[in-house]
Amino acid sequence: MGKKPTRVTVNGKSHARLVEARLTLADFLRHELALTGTHLGCEHGVCGACTVLVDGRSTRSCLMFAVQANGCEVTTVEGLAPDGKLSVLQQAFMDNHGLQCGFCTPGMLITLTELLREKPDPSEQQVREALTGNLCRCTGYAGIVAAALDAAQRLRGASGA
Amino acid sequence: MKPAPFDYHAPRQLKEAAQLLARLPNAKILAGGQSLVPMMNFRYVMVDHLVDLNGVDDLSGIGVGDGRLRVGAMTRQRDIETAPEVARHCPLLAEALRHVGHRQTRNRGTIGGSLAHADPAAELPAVCAAYDATIHVASVRGVRQVPFADFCTGFMATVLQADEMIVAIDLPLWRQGHGHGFREFARRQGDFALAGAAALLDIGGDGAVRRAAIALFGVAASPLRAYAAEARLVGQPLDAAAIRAAATAPWLAEPLSDIHASAEYRRHLGQVLSVRALTDAARNAGVEVPNIV
Ligand code: FES
Ligand code: FES
Repeated sequence: MGKKPTRVTVNGKSHARLVEARLTLADFLRHELALTGTHLGCEHGVCGACTVLVDGRSTRSCLMFAVQANGCEVTTVEGLAPDGKLSVLQQAFMDNHGLQCGFCTPGMLITLTELLREKPDPSEQQVREALTGNLCRCTGYAGIVAAALDAAQRLRGASGA
Repeated sequence: MKPAPFDYHAPRQLKEAAQLLARLPNAKILAGGQSLVPMMNFRYVMVDHLVDLNGVDDLSGIGVGDGRLRVGAMTRQRDIETAPEVARHCPLLAEALRHVGHRQTRNRGTIGGSLAHADPAAELPAVCAAYDATIHVASVRGVRQVPFADFCTGFMATVLQADEMIVAIDLPLWRQGHGHGFREFARRQGDFALAGAAALLDIGGDGAVRRAAIALFGVAASPLRAYAAEARLVGQPLDAAAIRAAATAPWLAEPLSDIHASAEYRRHLGQVLSVRALTDAARNAGVEVPNIV
C-alpha cells in the first residue's frame, strides 16, 4: 500500500505530494499544506465544517480522498481573503453576528459563496435550505441567515444590479 | 475517525474496472463516496482495495430516446437535479433529488452509488421503483439488465455481486402531461426520511385514471410498490374519495419500527404522504382535487 502522487491546485497554487490513499482531502489541506482554516467537526459528512469548493462546487472534504483531488482546483476559506482583506460575505458575517466561536464559519462561508454565485438574490428560505448541510452550535442561525442576505444585497449593489 | 489503509485503483476504462473487480479480493467500488467514506471513516467498512470509478469514461451523462431516460451510473445527483431533460421528461426524479442529502453531498453523490447502497430511507430507489426502472449491471461476464422490482433483496442488500457495477439506469417515460408527486417526512431538511411516497398518475381526457404508480420508502427494508392502491385507482374517475380509498388500501402490513419512529407512526405517515403525493400528482396532471390531509 505504497503512497500515491497527487497534484492539487489550492487557492490558485499548485501542490504536489506523495500521500497515503486513505488521507482525506481535509487532512491533506490541514496537515500537508498547513491550511487549518478548514475545520473537522465530525469526519463523517454530517456537520459541514470541512466544506471546500472542488472545481467550484461545495464538497465535504472529509468524504473525499486527497488522491481523488488530483488535477482539481480547490478553494478553502483562506482563498476567500487572499490578501488578508475580508470578502464581502465575511464582512457581512462580522457585521451581523454571523459567528460566535467560529468553528462552523469556514464551512458556512464556502457553502454561501457557492449559493450567492448561483443565486445573487436568494430568498430567506433558499438561504436556509442551502445551510441545512452546515451545523452551528452557537448562533441559532439567525445571524448567519441575516449575514447571507446582507452580503447578497451588498454584492448586488456592487455589481450595479 | 480515519479509514483503515487500502490500495487505491483509478481505472480509466470500464473493461479495466471490471477486470480489477474480478481480480482483487475484498475490493469495493468508490462512486460519490457520500455513504461509503463515512462508513470507512467509522471503520464499519474496511476494504483492501478501493476501485474509484470517478475517472472512468462514459459512466456519466443523461440521454433521452427509445421511450426512456437513460442516466449514467456516475452522474452526480446535482447534475440530474438541474438537467433540463429530467425536468421535462421525469419531473418526479428532479423533485425527489431536492430531498437527497444536502447540496454538498449531491455535488458528489451519484445515482448509481445511491442505488447500490440501497438505504431503505433513500429517495432514488423509490423513484426507480415507481418508474419500474431497468438497472444495467456490468462485470467481466458482460452487461445484464435487472428490473428494479428484482434489484433490492432486503435491508441494504441488492442482487449486485462483489465484482459487478451499475453502469446505467433506464427510466421508461410516461406520457407527456402525466402528473407526479413526491412527499417525505424528515425531522430536518436533508435528514433521512422517516417515510415518504412517490406517485405517478396518467389521467385520460375523461378524468379517469389510465395508469398509476405509487412507491413508498422508509417504511420497509426496501421501496414498496403499492400495487393494491394502484389497482384501485386505475379506470376510476380521480377524486378525493378515490385518493383516500387508495391510500388506505391494506398494503402497509408491517412497517419498520426503530428509535426514530414506531411501526404505527410509519403506517400513519405512509398513508398521509401517499394521499399528499397523489394529490400533487393529480394537480400536476391538471385535475383539481381538494386537500384531504
Ligand atoms: S467534518 Fe466533514 S462534514 Fe463534518
Ligand atoms: S459559531 Fe460556533 S459553531 Fe457556529
